[in-house]
This record gives sequence, structure tokens and C-alpha cells, in this order.
Amino acid sequence: MATELNRVERQTPPDDEMVSIFVMGKEYRVPDALTIMKAIEYAGYHFIRGCGCRGGACGACATVYRTADNYRIKVGLACQTLIEPGMHVTQIPFYPANKAIYDVSEAEPTVEEVLKHYPEIARCLCCEVCTRACPQDLEVMYYIQAALRGDVKEVSRLSFECIMCGLCVSRCPAELMHYNVAILCRRLYARYGMKRAEHLANRVREIEEGKFDEELDELVRMDEKDLVRAYESRDFEEA
Amino acid sequence: MPYSEAMMESVAKVEATRPQRLAEAKEGKHYPRLDQDEIEQILKKYHPDYRDGTKRGLEVGAGKGTVVPNELAELLEARPMLNPGAVDLEQIDLDTDVLVVGGGGAGAAAALTAAADGVDVTIATKLRLGDSNTVMAEGGIQAADKEIDSPTLHFLDVMGGGHFTNDRELVRALVRDAPAIIEWLEDMGVLFDKDEEDGTMRTLHGGGTSRKRMHSAGDMTGAEIMRTLRDEVRNHPDEIRVLEFSPAVELVLDDAGRVAGAVLYNLETERYLVVRAKTVILATGGFGRLHIQGFPTTNHYGATADGIVLAYRAGAGLRFLEATQFHPTGAVFPEQNVGLLITEKVRGAGAQVVNVDGEQFVYALETRDVESSAIIRECQERDNGVVTPTGRKGCWLDSPMVEALRGAGTMQKDFPAKYRQFMRHDIDISELPMLIYPTLHYQNGGVAVSPDAEAERENLYLAGEVTGGIHGTNRLMGNSLLDILVYGRRAGRNAAKKSKETQPGRLTLEHVEAFVKEIEGSGIDTKLTSPMLLPDYAGKLG
Repeated sequence: MATELNRVERQTPPDDEMVSIFVMGKEYRVPDALTIMKAIEYAGYHFIRGCGCRGGACGACATVYRTADNYRIKVGLACQTLIEPGMHVTQIPFYPANKAIYDVSEAEPTVEEVLKHYPEIARCLCCEVCTRACPQDLEVMYYIQAALRGDVKEVSRLSFECIMCGLCVSRCPAELMHYNVAILCRRLYARYGMKRAEHLANRVREIEEGKFDEELDELVRMDEKDLVRAYESRDFEEA
Repeated sequence: MPYSEAMMESVAKVEATRPQRLAEAKEGKHYPRLDQDEIEQILKKYHPDYRDGTKRGLEVGAGKGTVVPNELAELLEARPMLNPGAVDLEQIDLDTDVLVVGGGGAGAAAALTAAADGVDVTIATKLRLGDSNTVMAEGGIQAADKEIDSPTLHFLDVMGGGHFTNDRELVRALVRDAPAIIEWLEDMGVLFDKDEEDGTMRTLHGGGTSRKRMHSAGDMTGAEIMRTLRDEVRNHPDEIRVLEFSPAVELVLDDAGRVAGAVLYNLETERYLVVRAKTVILATGGFGRLHIQGFPTTNHYGATADGIVLAYRAGAGLRFLEATQFHPTGAVFPEQNVGLLITEKVRGAGAQVVNVDGEQFVYALETRDVESSAIIRECQERDNGVVTPTGRKGCWLDSPMVEALRGAGTMQKDFPAKYRQFMRHDIDISELPMLIYPTLHYQNGGVAVSPDAEAERENLYLAGEVTGGIHGTNRLMGNSLLDILVYGRRAGRNAAKKSKETQPGRLTLEHVEAFVKEIEGSGIDTKLTSPMLLPDYAGKLG
């Protein structure tokens, strides 16, 4: 039941609401309707690797699994994927992927630049295994193709939600390092493909010239009553 | 049907009131903001910070008497996990100029800045580089860089949000550095939401802002900043050494009482590592995973207040830890999403908060503490909440309004992560509202720090959520991504400079031995050890 503060004390459910899952081949009975992450914890594990933000944003908990009566390898984030009875799970908390060293301030948003750092992407077989392996449902193979054309804008659009979990890399028969290619392209597009914010450069210059220093000093020294008054008399920019 | 029958009945009421609410919103009308007196009243009566028995004064340490939440007090009065006799401080495993403890946004910014000054930098982090609350920050980062805006207005907004308790010198540095931080990120290649034609930043309001100064990268602003910083750290392998899964478990002092390194603990090999450093930067984040008052949290797995424990034992002062931030819009349904953050940007884009009958009861962009208090009042006292099948209560965040105000497809385009997270459970947030309730989000206070990011202990610097004072008793949206970078950069710069002028003496853990003696003499009966390092959910039903 909910307490005053909206906490809910959850009880272990009765036997008929428990299911078997297999963690790296070993069977555990856990309550149904948990995420893979919570089920592994319920089974008694205390994560060091394989657990991060617990909200689908960090890519720490990449997991491969198989479900009963299905030959296919499936992938997902342990914190976002619900368990199924008879499921076999194995986490892949780290998978090596080459990372090029570069200086974005000296780079260019071109296909030559991308290929200089990641020539291996020319080996792409267009098999789409990477796309099928992406827990974010990104069009991974298409962004690799866009990278091969030097279309960093398209790579940015297609890869924006990449959480760099590494599942694409783990499955690629051409041994590519997709997510590292993606971040290089996104950085090149943001730096060179998008227009710079002029108002930002102006404001930085004004601040360096000390334009606001006096006003700020005055606010720092101001009597609290006057500060509250200044706060309350602010005008608001319309939404 | 994604929601239960009872919940869908309430959704129908929300849909019934929506046309009228939309018409008013389009005319620029909104639910009235509370005045300062009403704010004080609602906070005192409904904010969790004001509940009896949830906080206490510390009984040991340099800051004896400092009031903190019970859950933190237990860790600050626990025994050190490191037995000082178990490590030989004569055996230095690693010598470095600047040791950065923590690999989130603040730590990465500090490391990059220190390395640019030509010193040897080591990042020691508990999990992977980038594992942090930074990666989970969704809605945006503030900076007064538009013509209509100014650092002065930003200053006022920050102070009002913190109820005028903030350290004004810290706020001055925060707002003055802000535009340069955005420019630094723009230079590095962070994909900000911009006008394609002229490069103007697309900015929105946040709770308590007088100008639209929330810069964003979709609803993954923190993730985009973090992955870029991480990539940049990895572009400097010769200047920045990264030790993952190696949290600091104690600071080490020298015989002159200055901070001179740390003892790290390799979580995987279970071995200690003695690091001698000329200066140390603590960027260890906050305490969300302590589940203050039993609340679910939006925080990362590693948010266990380790830095506060270490700094306190080394004699650093604590501030504003009596104030905890509850984010008004944590998910309450489905059960798998409970506690997850739903960014304030959804309200910035026009979504209102309504009750079981589809009625508004608070302006959608009050500061977080006020908004949370109003939702708690609506659910608990007025009993106007929606009840989930597991017995939780919540109010609706009416996201379909965003579609109506800003065009069909906006939820998917501007909130891709949230859209995906709910679609996994068959809830299309462009058509259905989300059920929300306040969730533990942020540690407003922390270790005392100067505008130069110095702690009260020599050769110790701090940045990010571990610090206290910038936000007073309540932080505004978008000022945390900002402060980690402003103070990360300041800490990096100043720690690098100082490292060129200082030389550690003989290393000692005498302060830890003295702390143990103090606990034993105080009659505190504790079985706990700290730092906690990782929360333990093993065998539990989360």
C-alpha cells in the first residue's frame, strides 16, 4: 500500500507469479514483470559492471538473450527489457572498439577526414546485423553508409540517440567500430556543418570586456530586501 | 490498453479539459504564479525537507552539529571501509600532478582543463568514464547569451530559485562564465538545438526562469555533452590517464595537513592503490542512491555520496545538505519506470500538470521545490491524485499539449529518448499524458567551496554536485549541467596552477585513525562502513 509519501512496499509474489530465467546458464526463480536488471539483482547479484544509469541513457547494460522456443539472438538494455519465462541472458558490459585520436579543431567535415581515421568502414558488408543489434532501433548500417559518403549531417541525424553500448560492434562481421565513427561525424557536423551562434560569440565578448561586472558586483553586495524586490520585479519573456 | 481502466477514465477527463486549456495557453494566459508568502507556506507544509524526524545533527567530525538527512548522517558516522593499517603509504603506486576523482561531466571538464595547462592528470572513477548523473540530464543547460537576456537576470533567477540563501560569489562566477562554457562546448562539437538558417540557439524556459535561456540537445543534453567530453578525454591519452572501476576510498594528507593524494580501490581485483598527487579534485557527484526518506530516484547507480564522506573525514565543511531536491515529474507508471526523470523541458515546451479531473492546480513552471510541494498537496491532502494498480498516486503531465502547441511530431522529435522509453510500454506520449509524482533528484548542498573551486583544505578542489552553496536550498533546471562545467573548468585550472607550486610531504592517514577514535569515543554504535561505493539491491524487489 502507498504510504503518505507515495512509497510502495512490494512483497515477493506467490509461487505462481514466479518465473525461471537463466543468468549465464544458471537458473533463478524471480518475480514476473521485472526488467532483466532488476531480475538479476533479485537473484542476488550485486552489479559492478553491467549497470549504470538504470534509465536507458548510458549504455552500460548491453545484454544478449534468447527466449524459449526461438533460435534468434536478441539484444537489449537490461534496465529497459522485461524478462520472459525461460529467458537466457548474458550481459556484455564491455566490447573493445578501436578509437581514433584526432583534433576536432583541425579537422574537416569530409569523407577524407572520416576515412583517414576509420578506413575500415569501407569493409562494411551492408548485412544490417548492426542495425538489428541496436537496442535504440537506430539505422546503424545506413549511418555507416552516410559516413562513407562523408555526409556527416545524415550520420548525426541517424545516430543522435546512440548510447554507445557497443552491441553493434559486438555483432559486426566486418569488425567495425560504429559508435566511434558516429561520434566523430557528429562532432564534425556540430563544429563545421552547423552555423555558429552569433549571439553567443557577442555575449562572450561583452563579458570579457567587463560589460556586466558592475551590475553583478552590485547584486552581490545588495541588501537582501532589495534583492528580493529586484527579483519580484523581473519581467518575463513570453513562452 | 496501456493504462488501467480507472486511469483511462481520468485520461478522458484530461482530454475533456484540454481544448479550453490550450485556447488559454495560446493567448498567453497561465495559472497564476505563487507569491513569496505563498511559496514559504506551501514549502513548509508539503515539501519533504520539512518533515519531522528526517534529518539530524552530526555527532562526530569537524562539522559536528551540521544537519543532514538521516541516510547521509549514517554514512558520515560510519566506520571507514579502509583500515589505515592495511595500506603502506611508503609504497606509492602512482605519482601524478592532478588527481581527479570522478569521471562525470565535472571530472572530465576538470581533467581536460588541467591537461591543457601541461600537467600530468589522472582520472580515477568508480564505474566507467562518463557514468554519472551528467549522462542522465535531459532538458538543458542555462546561459544568458541572447540579446534579451543578461547574466544579471540569470543571477536573479538563480538567487530566487535558491530562496536567496545561495553564496552570491559562487552565483556570480556561475552566470558570468556560462556563455563561455556554451562556446567551449560548441567548439568541441556538441550538437546543440539551433536554427538551421542562422545558428541561433533554440532556447526555452525552465521553472523559475525569466528568460528563455535553456539550451538543449533534444532531451539528451547531458548525454550529448558527456559523450563529447569523454571522446575528448580519450583524444588525450598521453596527458590524461583514466582508471576506471577504481573509486577513491580515502583522501591522503601529508604531514603539513594538506591533501596529497588518495587511496583507490579496484572494485574488480579488490586491491588498494596509493596515489600521490600534488592536488586533488573531488568531482564525485551526489547522494540520490541513498534514497532519502525512501523516495525513488532519478539518479545514476553510482550516486552514493562518496566524496562527501571523504572530504568530511579530511576536515572539509558541509553546506546546505539539509535541503534535498525532489524533481516534480518523476514517472509513476509503469512500475518499471518508477522514479525515472521526465525532463522539465516537457513543461518548458507547454505541457501542464493536471489532477485526476483534468484540472490545473499549479503553474507548470514554478521552481522545482514549489511544483513538487503542490503535487504532493494535490495527491496526499486533497486526494485528487490518480491511483495506479500498485497503489501509487500521481498527477498527469499533459504532453499531448506540446503537439497541439508546437506541431504534430514534436514529442518524438524533441523528446526522442522519452518517447522511446514510453513506447517500450505501448504508451504514446504524443497522444497520452504521463503519470508523475516527485522523485529524489538532486543534492542541493555539499562540501563548501570557493569561487576558485577550492575546499577549506589546502590542495583540495571540488566541482559539481558534491559542492554546496551555488544553488542554496533549491537549484533551478539547467544550472547543474552548467555548474559542473563552470566549476569543473575552474577546478582544473586552479588545481593545475597550484600543482606547479606545491610538493607533497610525507603521506599520512592519521586523520582517518583520529576519525575512528572519535567514533569509538562518541558511543555511536554502527555496523556500517563508508564510503558506500555502490547501493545494494541484491535479493531485493526494487
